[in-house]
Amino acid sequence: MSPRAAWRLEGMGFTEVYDYPPGKADWSASGLPMEGTQANGPTIGDAARRDVPTCSPAETVGAARERTWKAGWDRCVVVSKERVVLGLLREKELDADPEATAEEAMRNGPATFRPDEPVEKMAKRMRERGASAILVTTPEGKLMGLLSRENAQRLAAKTGNLG
Amino acid sequence: MPKEAFRDDVLRLVEEGAQLVDVLPSEEYEETHLLGAINIPLKELNPETMERLRREAPVIVYCHDYL
Repeated sequence: MSPRAAWRLEGMGFTEVYDYPPGKADWSASGLPMEGTQANGPTIGDAARRDVPTCSPAETVGAARERTWKAGWDRCVVVSKERVVLGLLREKELDADPEATAEEAMRNGPATFRPDEPVEKMAKRMRERGASAILVTTPEGKLMGLLSRENAQRLAAKTGNLG
Repeated sequence: MPKEAFRDDVLRLVEEGAQLVDVLPSEEYEETHLLGAINIPLKELNPETMERLRREAPVIVYCHDYL
């Protein structure tokens, strides 16, 4: 639809016309600001904590564990230089051989979710599936934060809908 | 020929004064749209509706996604 609009605008004399092919879905999924009657509900991007600890795949489990626990967390996200999520070190993995690398110990390919998902739906889903936390990423897989079920339920409760 | 712009380009162009145009039907625009976008549905793009746009500034059009 938008390529046709772009061509039409050029045909009518506009000289600098751009088409944004991934459009609204991409913008919203990246957590960028939206307006409209359906745009104001809290999302998982709003509720995710940005300060979740991260480590590189080459870092040792021991070093990652020390930093994670010191910060009061029980998990650490393994990310690339570009902050793309590669894996997760939960309590179990953080308890592994401290000399192992994060890449060797991590849980591969954890599920990730886009930040524009409504928080009340996610709170319900997490409760039903027994998930204690989920990772929130951009459409390109870059880490935005971690959403705990507790935070999801707290924010959903504020909206008056616990799912 | 219209150029393609992706998220980072759109952010930069808007910062520089580009106009965002949502070409989806008005009901869809009312539900959600990019902050600051105006709505000119594709079917209503004509010389009259285009009067809402400044010719001297870049225009970025979008719909829902690639489809």
